[in-house]
Amino acid sequence: MTAEGHSAELAIETKGLTKRFGHQVAVNGIDLAVPRGAVFGFLGPNGSGKTTTIRVLLGLAAATSGQARVLGQEMPRSLREVLPRVGALIEGPAFYPFLSGAANLHRLDTADRDAPSRTRAARVHLALERVGLTQAAGKKVRAYSLGMKQRLGIANALLAPRELLVLDEPTNGLDPQGTREVRALVRLLAAEGTTVFVSSHLLAEVEQMCTHAAVMSAGRLVAQGTLDDLRRSGTSRVQIRTPDSAAAQRVLAGLGLMAEKSDQAATADGLVTAVLAVHTGTQEESQESRHAPKPETIVAALVAAGVRVRGFAVLGSSLEERFVALTGEGFDVAQ
Amino acid sequence: MLPSDGRPPSSGGAPGDRRVSGDRRATAGWATLGSNLVGSELLGSELKVLFGRRRTWAMLLALAAVPVLIAVVVRVSSAPGTPGRGPAFLDRVTQNGLFVGVTGLVVSIPLFLPLTVSVVAGDSIAGEGGLGTLRYLLVAPAGRVRLLLVKFAAALAFCVAATLAVAVPGAIVGVVLFPVGPVTLLSGDTIDVGASVLRLLLVAGYVTVSLVGLAAVGLFISTLTDVPVGSMAATIVLTVVSEVLDALPQVSWLHPWLFSHYWFGFADLLRQPVAWGSFGGNAWLQAGYVALFAALAYGRFASKDVLS
Ligand SMILES: Nc1ncnc2c1ncn2[C@@H]1O[C@H](COP(=O)(O)OP(=O)(O)OP(=O)(O)O)[C@@H](O)[C@H]1O
Ligand SMILES: [Mg+2]
Repeated sequence: MTAEGHSAELAIETKGLTKRFGHQVAVNGIDLAVPRGAVFGFLGPNGSGKTTTIRVLLGLAAATSGQARVLGQEMPRSLREVLPRVGALIEGPAFYPFLSGAANLHRLDTADRDAPSRTRAARVHLALERVGLTQAAGKKVRAYSLGMKQRLGIANALLAPRELLVLDEPTNGLDPQGTREVRALVRLLAAEGTTVFVSSHLLAEVEQMCTHAAVMSAGRLVAQGTLDDLRRSGTSRVQIRTPDSAAAQRVLAGLGLMAEKSDQAATADGLVTAVLAVHTGTQEESQESRHAPKPETIVAALVAAGVRVRGFAVLGSSLEERFVALTGEGFDVAQ
Repeated sequence: MLPSDGRPPSSGGAPGDRRVSGDRRATAGWATLGSNLVGSELLGSELKVLFGRRRTWAMLLALAAVPVLIAVVVRVSSAPGTPGRGPAFLDRVTQNGLFVGVTGLVVSIPLFLPLTVSVVAGDSIAGEGGLGTLRYLLVAPAGRVRLLLVKFAAALAFCVAATLAVAVPGAIVGVVLFPVGPVTLLSGDTIDVGASVLRLLLVAGYVTVSLVGLAAVGLFISTLTDVPVGSMAATIVLTVVSEVLDALPQVSWLHPWLFSHYWFGFADLLRQPVAWGSFGGNAWLQAGYVALFAALAYGRFASKDVLS
């Protein structure tokens, strides 16, 4: 079924996927490509369309236009074959408050036609164990804390062996241990070959967990690629630790680099930072970076000018900088 | 590309999990076709959730209290019932205690029974939407049609349970508090105890069938919203509207089409011989309501965006 233009290697693939609510465009013609085996971070500020995209991918909402393929099959047409192989946490957990954690998982598992009832108890037990809820299995969900509900939501996604996990903000409300455990769990599942599609606005989390990422902004997909690609594009800087900041700034200016700031810290050493290059796109080396002086040239020039260089570093742009550059500084939710 | 079953088991779980994975593929054939495909397991789980809820039991208990209250009041007052006054069949109670059950149904059919059925049917989809569990059922995947069928079946089960919750405790309390003897029917004939048990069951069946159309209406309304209180209230309001219209002679042309039209028609079952006319009319009307509102519910729910 390797039809033209479709890759069997992609766990999720969308073409011009659009979802409108009335006149508002929540998802605007996005082309996602999530490779199999990836841990794919789906980033974006509040209201940028992450959850809506997930709903469309899982057949909960119909796309206004565009196509979506999940695990190589068209959605929502092949929903019945695809969804048993997908575990999902969508916009937070949701359970029957009057049932226990284990009873909730039993209930949701019976909804899956392909889930064998013979192994149900064992699978529920295993899922609860994996999220550390064995002790609270018999407790009514009404009495669960936020983090416990979140864990139960993840357990529900793990009820059966899955080829794809779709996790919408999985660490929301979790304590630091819980967050670490979820990260470890995701890595473990990925190591076993499960593709993980995880939406988040916690950049540190994505940096620690993911191999790939995409960034949404106001319904559009503004960047997509491996984490290294995303980090590489953007601004790189040189940072010089020296007591002679004034002299260092003069040398940098001579090389055509503009010093940004010089912190006269508590120590005698100052930090001089300058933009080395602005990379665009994901090309290996962009126009600007070819004209930038090489780091070794800068050090040589500094030393030749008698600047006491006590530290020198070339800083790639952080994902956070990249994120803000892509999605804008403003705090207000777009639209 | 590999057929979906031939895919390497690239998936989550400890080594133990892989065993489950193998099992799953092995049993995903006929075994599941027989049981879970039609939703018997999901229906079992649905019934467990419905009848495991305190709310359901509270409603059933309230229904059971109706005939008990009637029996106790009649017994304590010890004044012989005046024929033609009070609820129908009240005067038969002192002849045969089993008629407490029938009297209980007469008293409950205009309000209490439809109220509880509206709560269950109105909650069916909207309740899951309100809790957010609807999205998890659908991605499980429960299948939208399968879920609707299961929800409707559960609502029907509740109709049966609600009727029995009136009839059975009514009969029991009646037997305890009153003599159980031959009873005079509306046609003037007298039937023995065995036949009167049969008549009680017939009446209970009639009342259950009477509630089926309402359950379908509630199911449809339930697909329109994620606010269960709204769909429950709307279903109850529709019941009241139907009963009010049925009482207005100005719209008599409409009466045969109202789902509450035959609700009191079970008197025909207490004649000798049984007059099946209203039973048949009622059954056809209710079947029509089920067909119409099941189709509407399907039309709405099959394509609905689940955004709760
Ligand atoms: N049911 C709805 N009706 C109308 N508009 C909606 C609905 N659901 C979402 N939207 C709109 O769609 C846009 C995207 O919402 P979405 O929930 O996908 O954002 P998100 O990226 O998941 O945000 P967050 O990080 O806060 O979870 C928002 O502008 C939101 O207002
Ligand atoms: Mg969201």
